[in-house]
Amino acid sequence: MTPPFPTGSNSDLGRLYRTMRRVRSFEERVGELFVRGQSAGSMLHLSIGEESAAVGVCAAMKPQDTFTTHHRGHGIFLARGADPNRMMAEIGGKEAGYCHGKGGSMHIADMGLGHLGANAIVGGGIPAVVGAGLSARHKGNGAVSVAFFGDGATGQGILYESMNMAALWKLPVLFCCINNQYGMGTRIDNATANTALHERALAFGLAAETVDGLDVEAVAEAARRLVDGARAGRPAFLAVDCYRFFGHARKDKSPYRDPAEEDEGRMKDPVAHARARLIDTGMTAAALDAMDGEIDAEMDATIDFTIAQTEPPLASMFRDVYAPTEPEPEPVRARIARVLART
Amino acid sequence: MVEMTYREALRQALADAMTENPDIILLGEEVGRYGGAYGVTRDLIKEFGAHRVIDTPISEAAIVGAAVGAAMTGLRPVAELMYVDFIGMTMDQLANQAAKIRYMFGGQIGVPMVLRTQGGTGRSAGAQHSQSLEAYVMHTPGLRLAMPATVADAYHLLRQAMTCPDPVVFIEHKALYTMKEDVDLAAEPLPWGKAAVRRAGDDLVIVTYSRQVHHAMAAAATLAAQGIEATVIDLRTLNPLDFDTIRPFVERAGRAMVVSEGVMTAGVGAELSARITEECFDFLHDPVVRVAGEDIPISVSPALEAGSVPGPALIAETALRMLA
Repeated sequence: MTPPFPTGSNSDLGRLYRTMRRVRSFEERVGELFVRGQSAGSMLHLSIGEESAAVGVCAAMKPQDTFTTHHRGHGIFLARGADPNRMMAEIGGKEAGYCHGKGGSMHIADMGLGHLGANAIVGGGIPAVVGAGLSARHKGNGAVSVAFFGDGATGQGILYESMNMAALWKLPVLFCCINNQYGMGTRIDNATANTALHERALAFGLAAETVDGLDVEAVAEAARRLVDGARAGRPAFLAVDCYRFFGHARKDKSPYRDPAEEDEGRMKDPVAHARARLIDTGMTAAALDAMDGEIDAEMDATIDFTIAQTEPPLASMFRDVYAPTEPEPEPVRARIARVLART
Repeated sequence: MVEMTYREALRQALADAMTENPDIILLGEEVGRYGGAYGVTRDLIKEFGAHRVIDTPISEAAIVGAAVGAAMTGLRPVAELMYVDFIGMTMDQLANQAAKIRYMFGGQIGVPMVLRTQGGTGRSAGAQHSQSLEAYVMHTPGLRLAMPATVADAYHLLRQAMTCPDPVVFIEHKALYTMKEDVDLAAEPLPWGKAAVRRAGDDLVIVTYSRQVHHAMAAAATLAAQGIEATVIDLRTLNPLDFDTIRPFVERAGRAMVVSEGVMTAGVGAELSARITEECFDFLHDPVVRVAGEDIPISVSPALEAGSVPGPALIAETALRMLA
């Protein structure tokens, strides 16, 4: 699905900036939803600082393409064209959310946009793109499937099993590693000896690159090259180097990080970088501020929307364990009543 | 009626379904050129090609994960796990992904895949190639579980599994592959999820599945020679679990034994025993008795292997003691 770019600059960078700015704004409101006690729990993983990966790669995808994400995937889904109201409602555990409150932040999905699901198991969503690649080959529909995951997933064997299969079968698949330098509280150089992550993919026979996530245009360019290649049967791996601006999840204040490192890391801000480039190329700060204001107002409204929504009805908990044609599981209370009602 | 083996019936089910539905693909270790470790997929690669009968690397987790992704994008994958003992390698993809995707995503999409595998004792295959791990699967909502005992069910349950809208774990028994029976594959099968009453009798009900159905039938014949008539119920599927078929027989006989090859503790028999006790309490003359595998690993020694799982003698002996 083409991301929505109804306003702002007609240049590619303008569109990329606008989408990144929407992701940033949305993620800030996710934090606010939590602070206001309106999120369903605190398992909220913000992608602030990583917007260029989501936006640059999604810009290279076509409508028929599919993808899976990790637990830090709000930005990817939004860049793909998700409705921020339904996203926020899902994060709030509301009936109006994408998954009717059953999935939440870490299990959000939408088949309409080819989102085969976010995942709360590190690496858990990766092999699904191999299967999606088999489907695309079988059906000849020209779809590419992209697995988004963090650097933490490079410690999981399933990544290597999946890369090997994709390379072996020349599937239309891209493995996109958003390297924000941290798997929870462990910095990548404390988790692996060789931090040039794309070299692993080269060893499997994939096309592989690392790109600096500061520059969204560079990410989009690399993604276009690799996604196009994957569509032509050359599966690929793209590592996007960036920095996770905040803690692992909402309650994590990152005590394991040196404040000086954080200050330096937050200098690598892809949104600010794109904004500066746009001003260099002639856009006025006032025009950008106006666009930002519109975006912030749109995202503010997602909080109000979410608060106004209802919880899913209790009886819905038995729904969708199996196909709707099948009987729902019998509630424990009903079973107890039946057992104790005997004469 | 034709005579065929359990293995041939499984192969026939795959071939017939693949002919009817071009979206069915097979994937797994050795399913193609080798023809399957137990020969179930023999020569299917010649019939349907390497794009539909896909030999994979030895990567059980990714095999199941790829099947999940394929099922979500319009294919009907049938993945093969060479031994159920390897299910631990796949458990995230099976229990966290396949089983929960429909639910987590609010019913947007199901995962119509079949994971074919085989388990059980009988070939001195040792502790890591002989287990009965169906309880792992039965303990996970979202996964259907079929365990055929007969040649006809090998065919029909597998055909039905390949039309099921939800993920099915299909566990064959390695000791049954060469078993021959006369079958009429054109005859109307029992519906999916319905237990089969293999033998009816008013003295005792034996509830079981997979290979133990044959052991229970042999025991029932021994008992009949002594004037004791047992009902033998073959569950066929453990999820769905057909308790409606069990209930009236237990209410009539007042005695029930549940038999499974898997270890006793927290096994399928424990669930069946609890259900029968809860639902038929007023009709029971005796506690429901579990006959099950010993709570030990399986040995390579044929003597220790056979000694660690139920057989006809243990079932018959237990029945006689219950009725004494």
